[in-house]
Amino acid sequence: MVHGEAWTVKELFVTPNEYIYWSIQIVMYPFMTGLVAGAFVLSSLYHVFGIKQLREIARFALVFSLALLPVAMMPLQLHLQQPQRGIEVFLTPHFTSAIAAFGIVFSTYGVIVASEIWFVYRKYIVERALALRNKADKSAGEKIYHLIFSVLTLGSYDVSEKALHQDEKAIKILAGIGIPVACFLHGYAGFIFGSVKANALWMTPLMPVIFIMSAVVSGIALCMLTYIVVMEIRKFLAARRRTTYGTYHSIEEIKGIEINVIRMTAKYLLFFLIFAISLELLDLIFRGYTAVKTWDILRSIIYGKDFMDIFVFQYGIGNLIPFILFLLPGLTIRRTVVGVILVLFGVFMMRWNVVIGGQSFSLTFAGFMHYHLPIIPHDMETFKEGLMGALMVIITPFVLFWILNKIFPVFGVEESH
Amino acid sequence: MITRRDFILYTMKGIAGLALPLTAFEILSPNKLLAAKGDTSKVRWAFLVDTFKCVGCGFCVKACKLENDVPLDANVTKTWVERYVLTKDGRVHSDTPKGALHGFTTSKIDLGLGKFQDIKKEDIEKAFFVPKLCNHCENPPCVQVCPVGATYQTPDGVVLVDRKWCIGCGYCIMACPYGVRFFHPVHKVADKCTFCYHRITKGLKTACVQACPFGARMLGNIRDPNDPVSKIIRTERVGVLKDEYGTRPQVYYRGITREVI
Repeated sequence: MVHGEAWTVKELFVTPNEYIYWSIQIVMYPFMTGLVAGAFVLSSLYHVFGIKQLREIARFALVFSLALLPVAMMPLQLHLQQPQRGIEVFLTPHFTSAIAAFGIVFSTYGVIVASEIWFVYRKYIVERALALRNKADKSAGEKIYHLIFSVLTLGSYDVSEKALHQDEKAIKILAGIGIPVACFLHGYAGFIFGSVKANALWMTPLMPVIFIMSAVVSGIALCMLTYIVVMEIRKFLAARRRTTYGTYHSIEEIKGIEINVIRMTAKYLLFFLIFAISLELLDLIFRGYTAVKTWDILRSIIYGKDFMDIFVFQYGIGNLIPFILFLLPGLTIRRTVVGVILVLFGVFMMRWNVVIGGQSFSLTFAGFMHYHLPIIPHDMETFKEGLMGALMVIITPFVLFWILNKIFPVFGVEESH
Repeated sequence: MITRRDFILYTMKGIAGLALPLTAFEILSPNKLLAAKGDTSKVRWAFLVDTFKCVGCGFCVKACKLENDVPLDANVTKTWVERYVLTKDGRVHSDTPKGALHGFTTSKIDLGLGKFQDIKKEDIEKAFFVPKLCNHCENPPCVQVCPVGATYQTPDGVVLVDRKWCIGCGYCIMACPYGVRFFHPVHKVADKCTFCYHRITKGLKTACVQACPFGARMLGNIRDPNDPVSKIIRTERVGVLKDEYGTRPQVYYRGITREVI
């Protein structure tokens, strides 16, 4: 069977080689990179602009963005027909291609995030390493931890006031450089689509900007959601143990901090959401107003075939409802949870409508293709590029975050600065 | 004693110092070099399709699949034939069932999803066939977007794919405005029409040209003023497909109308 045939249904005049070649994994790719970039921007709001109210969520967002980073590459690897050659994008890049920049942007970004985390946690790493070194009879687990932390110190045990001050400066610089790089990482994902002149729906210079804005929205939403979940667990544990837990002493204290952080973060979410929606609507209005040759087929996709996906799921459920939820006064945790889940869904639908929607009409402008997501896999292809593959991509960052949290605990640690 | 800080500092200074004279050199791509020396290639392959002569038999499609190892039953093809039926009410009906591998065996228009539309003879204003294949563009978007350079253009203008290098990302398939690219069902890499490069470089005709019983397809060297194809392109009224994309396609058509896309 030809690649793409398993999930593509053709209608009317479609040329023989046209299929939905870029399927669910290419929807996942911008969605995941968007989360990475968004989480990083959120953490930088505190580190660079000194927005104190975000202090609690900033470190959390930073570690989470490291956990998400490898996952940005995963969907690409899963969709390649020759995954074993994927490394060639790094080794033999062909620089006229937008994808070739991936290696450089991705590694630059990885280095920035990793080193920022190192500076943020340096004091903690040194303290742990020294404590474990001095401990007499270490268990097997402690021996492993000792090794990990000793290596992580990179030989620098200086935690004097002066050294820590320098760390702080380094964090600020890294977070500052990180913002444009994070935007570039995601903007260029938008460029990959926006520069395809053969695709009438994709080709617009607004694409990278739209992608960045919705990326920040989704990144903030996911950080808020995960933050709430973690805080709820902490509340639950604090109640059960009836003792002090972490830095905070009582459930009330945790509650107070949680709602403050969430209300502050929600404001930034709204801010970026307005930007994202305005740009998307501008794009839509512009296309309709200029009505070039391709508008006929685009209109039948936007207002016809994909009406539910675009106007009901993306704009309605994914944008408008959470917008109202966040705007209503007296924001509660429960309402926030509903809001951020809807926002995440909305951004996912936006990626879906771009990637799948862009392939749902033929180059002949006189035929359509329908995408049927493979749910129960019957071979490797329908596994990788079906619901199972997508779920794998969704779960991985949380597993990674759990592991990373063992080394870089996001709560209960004194800041180096 | 040298401290670690100093050591790193000196190393960085050293690298920077060494890198500076290197900037005096310019890295030239082979293409730039070739351009600077002047394009010396005496051959630029171009294709001519005479739609007046095509009857939609599909022999070209079959010959191409057999010659180029694309499984006959696979629903992808390097070349195909489209049918256009224009009715008196101004509507365009077009189809290409299985890329016309078996020709057009019925007058009904294939609507996909197993549906067909019958068009009465008296309603037809005009009807014709248009064979399609890779345009081997002068400015190929597929070559531009390949992230590893697995797709390339030969000096005589043919766009090819290196099967051993293609990573199968599908970006080239997305970038092609003509839909001529696909994933080969066996090799699992991007594949496309090669103008039968293995044949034309040995002085043979392409498989489709050879198979066409009506002479609707021709291949020639556009740089040779005496070449029959080159003469027709220069002296007659021919058109190309989708030139608004700036691809400068090199498959020329006699007798296409605005309905053909």
